[in-house]
Amino acid sequence: MGSIRTSVLALAALVFALLVPQILSYYGEDYLIGSASRIAIYALAAMSLNLILGYGGMISFGHAAYFGVGAYVVGIASFHLFDGSTIFGFGGTDAALLSWTLAVIVSALVALVLGALSLRTSGVYFIMITLAFAQMLYFLFVSLEQYGGDDGVIMYNGRNTLPGLDLSDDTTFYYVCLAFLVAFTVLVALLIRSRFGKVLQACRQNEDRMRALGCKVEHYKLATFVLAGAAAGLAGALNGNHAEYVSPDYLHWTKSGDLMIMVILGGIGTLFGPIVGAAAFLLLEEFLPVLFDTANLTEYKEHWRIVFGPLLILVVLFARGGLLGTLATIGGRNER
Amino acid sequence: MLLFFEQLLNGIQLGVFLFLIAAGLTLIFGIMGVINLAHGSLFMVGAYAAAAATEWTGSFALGIVIALIVSGLVGILMELVVMRRLYDRDHLDQVLATFGLILFANELMTILFGRTPLFLNVPAILNGAVEILPGVQYPLYRLAIIAMGILVALILYVIITKTRAGMLIRAGSTNRDMVAVLGVDIALMFTLLFGLGAVFAGFAGAMAGPLISVEVGMGEQQLILAFVVIVIGGIGSVRGALVGALLVGVVDTLGRAFLPDLLKLFMDPASADGIGAGLSSMSIYIVMAIVLVFKPSGLFPVAAAGR
Repeated sequence: MGSIRTSVLALAALVFALLVPQILSYYGEDYLIGSASRIAIYALAAMSLNLILGYGGMISFGHAAYFGVGAYVVGIASFHLFDGSTIFGFGGTDAALLSWTLAVIVSALVALVLGALSLRTSGVYFIMITLAFAQMLYFLFVSLEQYGGDDGVIMYNGRNTLPGLDLSDDTTFYYVCLAFLVAFTVLVALLIRSRFGKVLQACRQNEDRMRALGCKVEHYKLATFVLAGAAAGLAGALNGNHAEYVSPDYLHWTKSGDLMIMVILGGIGTLFGPIVGAAAFLLLEEFLPVLFDTANLTEYKEHWRIVFGPLLILVVLFARGGLLGTLATIGGRNER
Repeated sequence: MLLFFEQLLNGIQLGVFLFLIAAGLTLIFGIMGVINLAHGSLFMVGAYAAAAATEWTGSFALGIVIALIVSGLVGILMELVVMRRLYDRDHLDQVLATFGLILFANELMTILFGRTPLFLNVPAILNGAVEILPGVQYPLYRLAIIAMGILVALILYVIITKTRAGMLIRAGSTNRDMVAVLGVDIALMFTLLFGLGAVFAGFAGAMAGPLISVEVGMGEQQLILAFVVIVIGGIGSVRGALVGALLVGVVDTLGRAFLPDLLKLFMDPASADGIGAGLSSMSIYIVMAIVLVFKPSGLFPVAAAGR
C-alpha cells in the first residue's frame, strides 16, 4: 500500500471511471451505463463490508440488512409522497438530501442496536447471529403489507430530486454514485491510516493483547460496525434510486453472501479490493450467460450459477488474497 | 384451549425438524470446527430424493430409505471433495466455499427437476387423524414425525453416551488432536460423522416433503432457523440443539397463531394484524437476542467448541 505504483494505478482507474459514459456512448452501448452505476453502488457496499470484514476481522453475514434498510427508507419516503399519507406524523419526500441523510441515519441506528447485541459474541456465533438478525429484518419487511410485502415498493415518482442535478439522467446518476464511491474510498484510506484504524487492525490481529493494553476493544468494533452499516445504507438508498424499486430481496441473505464474495474476490483487507471484486462479480453475472451462448449451451445459460458456485470454491481454496492478491503475486510483489 | 394444544403440537413437530438439522450441524461444528452452510442443501437433497423415489417406486417407505442413502452419499461426497480441505481454514473461507456449494446444489436441482415445486402425498397408512384428546383431532402424519424425532434423539443419545463411536465423538469434540495422536483414523471418523449429519438432514427433508412444497431454496430457510437453534442451545451441544429446537419451534408456531389475536385485545384489528404478523415473524430472533444478552454462549455452553 501507498507505493507509487498503487497510486498511479488508482489514478488511472479513476480517469477510466470518469470516462466510462463517453466510452460507452462511443461504442453505442449507452444502456450499459446502468450497469456501471450498479458497479459503483455495490463497490460502495462491498467497501463498507470490507471495513468490518477485512480490517476489523468481524465476519458479518448480514450486511445486506443495512443495504436494505437504507433502500427502504428511500422507498417508504417516496411511497408516502405519492400516496399523500403520513408516517409517524410526517409526510413523504423525494428530496435526495433529506431522504438519503435519513437512510444513513436509520441504517446506522439499526447497525448500532444489532451490532451491540451481535458483538457480545465472536467467532462462528457472530456469523450465525448477524445472519439471523438480517433474516429477521427480511421477514419484517416481507410482513409489511402496506409497503407491498413480498412485492416491495415501486417509486412511482421516479428517482429522488437533487437541486441542480437531474438524477433521472443515467449519466448524471452514474457520476453521483461514483462521487460517493470516491469520497468513501478516501474516507476509508484516511481511516485505516489513522490511530483509530491502527487500533482496529490491531484488534483483529490480537484482541486479547489490545484488551490487556487497556483498549476498549468493543467500542472500536462497534463504531466500525455502525460506520459500515451507515455506508451500506447509503449504497442501498442509491440502489433504490437506481432501480426506482425497493423489495425485501435487498435484504435477502444471498445478497449478504454476494457482498462477501465481492470482498473476497477482489481481495479482502485491501483498499481497492472491494471495487475490483464488485466489478468482477457484476461483470461475471452479466457475461457468464453470454459465454454459455457462445459455447452453444444456450439452454443452460440461466443456470450460470452452476459454474459460478464451483468457481467461488476454487477461488477460496486456491486464490487466497483474491484477484488483487493474485495479480500482485504474479507481478512479483505482495500488496498486503 | 384445544386450539392451543393443537398449535403446541405443531410447534413441537417443527422443533423436531429443526432438531434433525441442527443436531448434524452442531456435531459437525463441535468436532470438526467447520461451519457448513450447505447443510441446508442436504435437507433439500433428502426432500427431492424422497419425492422422486416415491414417484418412481410408488412406495413412501422405500422413498424414505432411498432418500437416506442418497443424502448420506451426497454428504460423504461433499466431505471428500470440498469440506476436508476446509478444516484448517478460517471461518470466512468455510462460509464462502460452502456458499459456493449452495449455489451449485440449487442450480443442479433446478436443472434436474425444474422450477416447479414437487408435491409429495402423505402415505395412505399415515393419512387421517386421531383423537388425541376428547374433541381434538390431530393428523396422524404429524404425530408420526414427532415420534420419529423422539426416536432419533434417543438413538443419538445412546450412540453418543454408550458406544465406542460416541466416546470418540465426545473425545474428538474436546481435543481432536489428542484423539488423532492416540491412533484413531480421524479422517475416516470425520467423513462418517459428516455422512451421519447428512442422513439426519436428509431424513428431515424427506419427512418434510408432504408438509411443505419441495422446491429449490427450501433448505436455506431451515438452515437459518437451525442456526438460531444452535446459537440458543450452545454450539456443539446436542442437548442444547434439542432444547433450542423445541423452543424455536413452539415460539414460532404459537407466535404466528396467537400474537395477532392477542394484540387485538388492546389495539384496532387492522394494525393488530399488521404488527402481529411482523412481530410473530421476528419472535424467534427476539428470543435469540434475549438468550444472548444473558448467556452469550447459549443455554448449554460447550467449553471446547467455543474456541
